[in-house]
Amino acid sequence: MAGASSDLKLLGAGPSPYVNRVQIALNLKAVNYEFLEEKFGSKSELLLKSNPVHKKIPVLIHGDKPICESLIIVQYIDEVWASGPSILPSDPYDRALHRFWAAYIDDKFFTNVKELSTADGEEAKDAAVERIAEGMTLLEDALGKCGKGKPFFGGDNIGYLDIAFGSFLGWLRATEKLAGVTLFNEGKTPGLVAWADAFSSHEAVKDVIPEIDRLVELAKMFKARAQSQSAN
Amino acid sequence: MEEVKLLGTWSSPFSYRVLWALELKGIPYQYTEEDLYNKSPFLVKCNPVHKKIPVLVHGGKPICESMVILEYLDGPWPHNPLLPSDPYERAVARFWAKFADDKGTVIWTMFRSTGEEQKEAVKGSLEMLRTIEDLALGDKKFFGGERIGMVDLAFGALAHWLGVFEEIVGIRLLEPESFPRLHKWTKNFKEEPAIKENLPDKDKMLSNFRCLREKLLASP
Repeated sequence: MAGASSDLKLLGAGPSPYVNRVQIALNLKAVNYEFLEEKFGSKSELLLKSNPVHKKIPVLIHGDKPICESLIIVQYIDEVWASGPSILPSDPYDRALHRFWAAYIDDKFFTNVKELSTADGEEAKDAAVERIAEGMTLLEDALGKCGKGKPFFGGDNIGYLDIAFGSFLGWLRATEKLAGVTLFNEGKTPGLVAWADAFSSHEAVKDVIPEIDRLVELAKMFKARAQSQSAN
Repeated sequence: MEEVKLLGTWSSPFSYRVLWALELKGIPYQYTEEDLYNKSPFLVKCNPVHKKIPVLVHGGKPICESMVILEYLDGPWPHNPLLPSDPYERAVARFWAKFADDKGTVIWTMFRSTGEEQKEAVKGSLEMLRTIEDLALGDKKFFGGERIGMVDLAFGALAHWLGVFEEIVGIRLLEPESFPRLHKWTKNFKEEPAIKENLPDKDKMLSNFRCLREKLLASP
């Protein structure tokens, strides 16, 4: 039972991996929605009203009900449009594994990636790359345990953990380019290399994740802005 | 019935989140007290990524992270559910549980710091309590409605640990006049048998955390 376009609004911004998570989930369920782009540097009245606690995107507005926090929105979409392909696994233990690793990605992994993009000097950069490499090894192992030999963490099709991790692929590739490093190592994490390609080219994903060059430009802009702000 | 084990520590509110959930659902379990300064090989095997408690082991399979464990429990034991059944209400519950995890650390910062850092943490803690008071509880008895749910367990530290920290640092945050709803909730929460019978001894907590604060302030 797909929601009508007017019934479903997504407040977001194209380059945000958190917003991309929601877009991918909506695409998987083939649900129509209206995308309301928040302008960078300002917050709309609707956003402030819908997410008074954090004032952040993404926010999904279903009818008159706002749902906040990207992974909470993804679970909501999975539960409301239950007749579409499942995002979370059906087995409770598998669900726990997906949730555990999604929390790891948000709490630890992406912090390490951000540290790489702001690292000053070779030593700091190498340390950051080392930490990310450790994370990639853990995630390679998780892919085996969750996917059980299939292409995705969700098995034959994209699931919760694929969305949680895969939404960062654009920024991961952009960080590789900016820092001049390789994070996806065919020798060390072949499963993840194959997974990254399969995920990025998936129907529900390919039009969502922004072009890497655009993200590289955005990252340079953010860095310049941060530097000029700290200089003032 | 597959065996349930809980690896925890007597002074951790995260450990208690799971313990309370098991008690509320009447799930039989075997509890093991872990020494975090001397972690057992079993703990490290069950949680190699973080090496932290709590860990729930169900039929030999480990589940880590307190909120992941709480979400898990409704699966094999659907009675006395921790989450509502309506998808929107579930999303709201998850929002506040995440808020408890993300913002709750500011109270720990208040506890383990002094001077300017502590002042900032006090400010942050009051803002957090204000948000919960104004937006999260409403006029319900519990965050979960008439019955304790996942959000109540997530905020459990506010009902028992906060008072201990307040006494040790000599700063009162949760004043009944400023936070009447939240204050009433702490009373209701601790009156529930499953909670009341499963709270760490207050004097033991005071002594333990006083000692810990000294240690933390002394180290660089």
